[in-house]
Amino acid sequence: MYDYGFFSYDSKADMLERSRAFWNPDKTDFWQDAGIDLVIDRREGYYLWDMAGRRLIDVHLNGGTYNLGHRNPELIATLEQAMQHFDMGNHHFPSLARTALAEALVKTCAPNMRRVIYGAAGGEAIDIAIKTARHTKQRRKIVSLIKAYHGHTGLAVGTGDDRFSKLFLADHPEEFINVPFNDLNAMEDALKGRDVAGVLIESIPATYGFPLPEPGYLQGVKRLCEQYDTLYIADEVQTGLMRTGEMWCISKSGVEPDIMVIGKGISGGMYPLSCVVVSEECSAWLKEDGFGHITTVGGSELGCIVGMKVLEICGRPEVRSMVHYMAERFQQGLRQIQEIYPDWFVGIRQDGVVIGLEFNHPTGAKIVMKHLYAHGIWAIFSTLDPRVLQYKPGILLSPELVDEILDRTEIAIGKAYAEWKSMSRQAVTA
Amino acid sequence: MSMIELERRDPPGAARAAMMLQRAHWAAETFARYDRTRVVRILDAVAEAAEAHAERYAEEAVAETGMGVVEHKVLKNRMLSRGLWDHYRDHDFVSPRIDHDAKILELPRPAGVIFALTPVTNPVATVYFKVMLALMTRNAIVVSPHPGAKHVCADAVRMLSDAAVRAGAPDGCIQIVEEPSIPLIEALMTDPTTDVVVATGGGAVVRAAYRSGNPALGVGPGNVPSFVDATADIAAAARHIIDSKSFDHSILCTNESVVIVEEEVADQLERELRKHGGHIVDASEVEQVREHLFPNGHMRLDLIGKSALELAEAAQLKVPANTRVLIAPFSLVVPEEPLAHEKLFPLLGLVRVPNTRAGISAAQAMLRITGAGHSASIHSRSARTIMAYGAAVKVLRVSVNVGNSLGSAGALTNLSPTMTIGTGFYGRSSVGENLEPRHLINLMRVAYNADASVPFDDFTGLEPWVLEAAATPIAAPVEHAPAAPETDLLREEIRKVILEELKELTRQ
Repeated sequence: MYDYGFFSYDSKADMLERSRAFWNPDKTDFWQDAGIDLVIDRREGYYLWDMAGRRLIDVHLNGGTYNLGHRNPELIATLEQAMQHFDMGNHHFPSLARTALAEALVKTCAPNMRRVIYGAAGGEAIDIAIKTARHTKQRRKIVSLIKAYHGHTGLAVGTGDDRFSKLFLADHPEEFINVPFNDLNAMEDALKGRDVAGVLIESIPATYGFPLPEPGYLQGVKRLCEQYDTLYIADEVQTGLMRTGEMWCISKSGVEPDIMVIGKGISGGMYPLSCVVVSEECSAWLKEDGFGHITTVGGSELGCIVGMKVLEICGRPEVRSMVHYMAERFQQGLRQIQEIYPDWFVGIRQDGVVIGLEFNHPTGAKIVMKHLYAHGIWAIFSTLDPRVLQYKPGILLSPELVDEILDRTEIAIGKAYAEWKSMSRQAVTA
Repeated sequence: MSMIELERRDPPGAARAAMMLQRAHWAAETFARYDRTRVVRILDAVAEAAEAHAERYAEEAVAETGMGVVEHKVLKNRMLSRGLWDHYRDHDFVSPRIDHDAKILELPRPAGVIFALTPVTNPVATVYFKVMLALMTRNAIVVSPHPGAKHVCADAVRMLSDAAVRAGAPDGCIQIVEEPSIPLIEALMTDPTTDVVVATGGGAVVRAAYRSGNPALGVGPGNVPSFVDATADIAAAARHIIDSKSFDHSILCTNESVVIVEEEVADQLERELRKHGGHIVDASEVEQVREHLFPNGHMRLDLIGKSALELAEAAQLKVPANTRVLIAPFSLVVPEEPLAHEKLFPLLGLVRVPNTRAGISAAQAMLRITGAGHSASIHSRSARTIMAYGAAVKVLRVSVNVGNSLGSAGALTNLSPTMTIGTGFYGRSSVGENLEPRHLINLMRVAYNADASVPFDDFTGLEPWVLEAAATPIAAPVEHAPAAPETDLLREEIRKVILEELKELTRQ
């Protein structure tokens, strides 16, 4: 009997059965088939516990949502204190907390940034960014990368891979142009018709397995945007909030975006929130018709207060210093593992604690994910490139926990290597 | 004023401060792998930077705390920067040590993260001291200054940190708690990331350090008896006592508290004390001193580190303008006598005793009141008396025929130069010596089978932390390149300058 007070289940099997019956049968089965029988129960810091009581170290963090750890005590205290006075607020009126977070956020961004528009989730924020770009440039087209993913909402889903848009007949190839990553010629071809409102680009594409932009690529895109009078929209949902050792990854390339999208981590994993930071030029509709985008839940005042705390924590000099140390430790440790399995573990993509591990098999990351899970680590494969494992540790790790993660990773990669070898042998004999 | 009443479970700043410890922990992990060459380079730079700021921080410390004497603080700041590094530069707390005979290899292992509490009385000198010790031993350090000196200490720590990092120290190895408070300090002392608490300050802070559950090096208060026996060079004794008692307006814990003098030479000593600026308070005025400087029997905290003239004014006494120390005679060393307690201002008690035995007893009585394990001084030419005094009085250092302020602190004796005087078991402390770098490391020992038939290995040229053979040959452990003669000369020169200044100051 699993009695959680609010609800109870007879067993894990009972829970999974009811999950199929009342919630999402395919998603429930997907993980069971992948060898990941995880039903997250207790959670604390960078640890998760499965219903069965097994502890896992979270190196997925739901895309950086749990950047500061699960149930971070400072965020719990902040939310509890905020609830003594605030609730979600009323989106119609000037708001205390929304204004305060906006001011704090703008201070962390490039000097051209002016205002903040709120949403409840990353997808909504992308929609807002696209709407803003369209209003600003009075053009419909949005350029994004092949194998991109920016969310599942109405407009966002159109910018991403067919994997997400076709299911609901939401692909609009005439409005959403995809170009290959790291290819400035293709980008220029897409922009030179001067009919594109904005280029939407993750500073490091997450769902594609964190391929790193080639030196000069992001700056080149920005230059083309200026040349063809289009807007640069930086998606910092997974790369922001100090995960690359700076508050915003895009700032490391010196690019000043016109619009920046923030999600996941800004919620602290505590209260849903997403933000779109815009330049003066892109603020036009906020002056023309402030009711242009309305969201009851987006920018809830409780979320904004948590978001301010998240921003303050991420901005501490202590955190920046620690991220640099842990990035170096991961780099050294992963290289040492790579030296043992050079033909299997073929690539390390890393910027801070945004890390992709590349394996020599079309679904290599799924094999590694399974063995990591068996060895106490939860990390997820890249949906749009399953050769690559998304390896996303938190930014408040201790040296001891980094070492433990690396130890477990080494064993799991070794086990996955053995499985890959036996698969290759079977393939040869078959 | 906040519109919302916040219910706080942690003291303000605790989460942020815990994060400082975490950052320090990362820095310590990196620092522990540094070799001696890198450590020496860092200390050369830090000692230089600290010395260069000695005057500025002496002025700022006096301005912020209202205590002490600028020129004396300059001296202390130099002593605890350049002087300290000169003292320890040839010592090695980093490299492997090889004992071929014992077949034991020793590897120094730093404590990790030091949480250091520094006092209001000697703010910057103590910050210098603890930071330098931490760097010599490859430890990270988080300094929590006394709130009364937090600005100057924060500035000094930032300066030291900048100098260290510029010279290659790991980022975050020196940090400061900018807004210290008692609940915050408690939280940091008990934090599991703190590897050792080094506490200098009031008794309450030191006791709290030992209660923290973490390893602690804390030291108790002093209450220094200075015994002048009949064999002493009375003129020299008087000069040493006045110089020492007036040094930095008597805010070192090593400053003399009570002079105990044999009756036979007492009048002569009083004359000599007067000659050097001692003002012997008239018997009829002693009660006035007790009343004004020790209301309800307790030392007035607002007078700590004030000059003799300010004390006289507070006690409504008329004294000559050249008075450097007030001296109040009393007869019985007992707990209810305020003059028999530690006095952090230039007021000295004076007790006449009939003979040596009674003098030793009086000194013992002082240490029963407070200051056990700390320090005492004696002015005598009798080896027998000096040894008997050392055996009988419950202290762990006795400075002989020298001022105790700088004597027990290691500047005028060959004790280790320190701002932290270990009070040992008598003083409920885990360290009985002047705090030294070696107290902040452990030695990891690799021990071989003692059987003579089992050979010991050759560790020469091997570097800890390096598993693969190095491409280029590396220096042998322990045997370091001797310092260039020019450097030696320069350091000798600086040592001389400091000694000269010391003499100058103690002569005035």
